[in-house]
Amino acid sequence: MQPIIEVQNLSKTYQSGFQALKNVDLSIRKGEIFALLGPNGAGKTTLISIICGIVNPSAGKVRADGYDIVKDYRRARQLIGLVPQELAVNIFETVWSTVTFSRGLFGKAPNRPYLEQLLKDLSLWDKKDSKIMALSGGMKRRVLIAKALAYEPKILFLDEPTAGVDVELRRDMWEMIRQLRDNGVTIILTTHYIEEAEDMADRVGVIQRGELILVEDKHDLMEKLGKKQLSLQLVEPIEQIPSALSAYSLSLSEDGMQLTYQYDHQSDQAAIARLLRSLSDEGLDYRDLHTSQSSLEDIFVSLVEEKV
Amino acid sequence: MNGHAIRAIYLFELARAWRTLMQSIASPVLSTSLYFVVFGAAIGSRMVAIDGVSYGAYIVPGLIMLTVLNESTSNAAFGIYMPKFTGTMYEILSAPVSSLEIVIGFVGAAATKSVILGLIILLTARIFVDYSIEHPFWMLGFLVFTCVSFSLFGFIIGVMAESFEQLQVVPMMIITPLAFLGGSFYSIQMLPPLWQTITLFNPVVYLVSGFRWSFYGVSDVGVGISLTMIVVFMLVCLGIVTWLFKTGYKIKP
Ligand SMILES: Nc1ncnc2c1ncn2[C@@H]1O[C@H](COP(=O)(O)OP(=O)(O)OP(=O)(O)O)[C@@H](O)[C@H]1O
Ligand SMILES: [Mg+2]
Repeated sequence: MQPIIEVQNLSKTYQSGFQALKNVDLSIRKGEIFALLGPNGAGKTTLISIICGIVNPSAGKVRADGYDIVKDYRRARQLIGLVPQELAVNIFETVWSTVTFSRGLFGKAPNRPYLEQLLKDLSLWDKKDSKIMALSGGMKRRVLIAKALAYEPKILFLDEPTAGVDVELRRDMWEMIRQLRDNGVTIILTTHYIEEAEDMADRVGVIQRGELILVEDKHDLMEKLGKKQLSLQLVEPIEQIPSALSAYSLSLSEDGMQLTYQYDHQSDQAAIARLLRSLSDEGLDYRDLHTSQSSLEDIFVSLVEEKV
Repeated sequence: MNGHAIRAIYLFELARAWRTLMQSIASPVLSTSLYFVVFGAAIGSRMVAIDGVSYGAYIVPGLIMLTVLNESTSNAAFGIYMPKFTGTMYEILSAPVSSLEIVIGFVGAAATKSVILGLIILLTARIFVDYSIEHPFWMLGFLVFTCVSFSLFGFIIGVMAESFEQLQVVPMMIITPLAFLGGSFYSIQMLPPLWQTITLFNPVVYLVSGFRWSFYGVSDVGVGISLTMIVVFMLVCLGIVTWLFKTGYKIKP
């Protein structure tokens, strides 16, 4: 099947001379949710901005549903909706006038019932005549989403849609994104929250210093991301790990005071209980324990280090 | 042609003017009225008629031009600078619209405002001086052409501007001298010959002259030349604007 977005050999060097994207190749499948991950400054927004026509590419090609984004910009852009990272809205306008503006700008005939439903879905209907300056930050973000959906795009880019958004709203947002996907909209989003990528995405791409270093199916990536560890602070230092515990993947700190157990999402839940029982059988006392999960940033950094 | 988009931009820009109706209309009307009182009534009563037209009436077209030039330029400049400044430009850039459509929307709205303002001032002038309009059709034509040309010019400034200071200073530094030296208050025939020649490089001379001709049938330069120069100026501005958008200069990183 032809990819809905096809990025070929895309590079971007800003006027400052900074190269923000290096030979990026990427295919987005029709109807998928694609999460673009990467640390601050990696080039996520730059990539999205080029695809949407806001930044000029330095080299390379992008096609949306087969239409070149430069030569056939009208047909390409008609398909694409963008919710930008920055809260850029005209604060003197009302919610209703800004969404009707967006719809018109993208060449769609007015459709009041559609926009009405859209604002209701985003819990903005009762604010439709409010000026945007009178809205909270989370509401403003929803207005940006409403603006992007006002013209019924087939492809939706969401650049950190959940940054600075409360838990409940975040959940609503994901629900809405799932519905959009069910209606056939392809979704590309960026986020710094691993749970979101885990929860929602079909595939994940990792970008680092302008290079796309990995594109994988979420399930495959989960194996890599799923590493967790349990740390036990011992009461007495030990010289080495007792042989009775060799069945577990344990490591001992240099001072002999801390045991660390590595496991992942898929490992059986009883393993920890068994490990703790074995510890007391061995007469090892611990005064504290905690579990931790590698953060997305950690994993990226280690991924990048591997690549270098 | 994305007609919906042109309409959306146009209506959005007019709505902005509507929100700031008082500034948009009251202040230019007030300042022009002051000009009429000072130059038309007070000083004008001591002046001889120029080309057989009383001084008060003679400056009416020039004063309308003066205001309309300033307003067209600053309105259009502000209109396009704001989305750049607030970041809402992203939406326009990502929309399926051509540069020409964007220009038509923004410049059309700025020009519409100026035309309306020009007509309001024309009516206001009636309170202070008696004037006649010999060629009403041409009067409207010159007014519209002028508003469109200088809205385009303002649009260029708005695109290029990097700060609010530049946005305000540049029109003031360019438009005000051009308008004052463009024969708003006098006939360029009253200038020394050297200055008469220099003045011919000032596009405003042609605007004022043509506009005045539509009122009183007298002009400093031929009407045909006036029209040609206005059209040329407009096309040059249009060319620059289209080029700016095509290359994304100062708009797209
Ligand atoms: N207009 C610009 N001029 C020069 N450099 C820029 C410009 N825009 C972005 N950059 C640089 O390009 C790099 C990538 O920026 P980009 O905004 O794409 O990162 P990002 O992955 O979206 O980061 P974040 O997670 O913080 O949003 C950064 O180093 C940034 O400083
Ligand atoms: Mg970003």
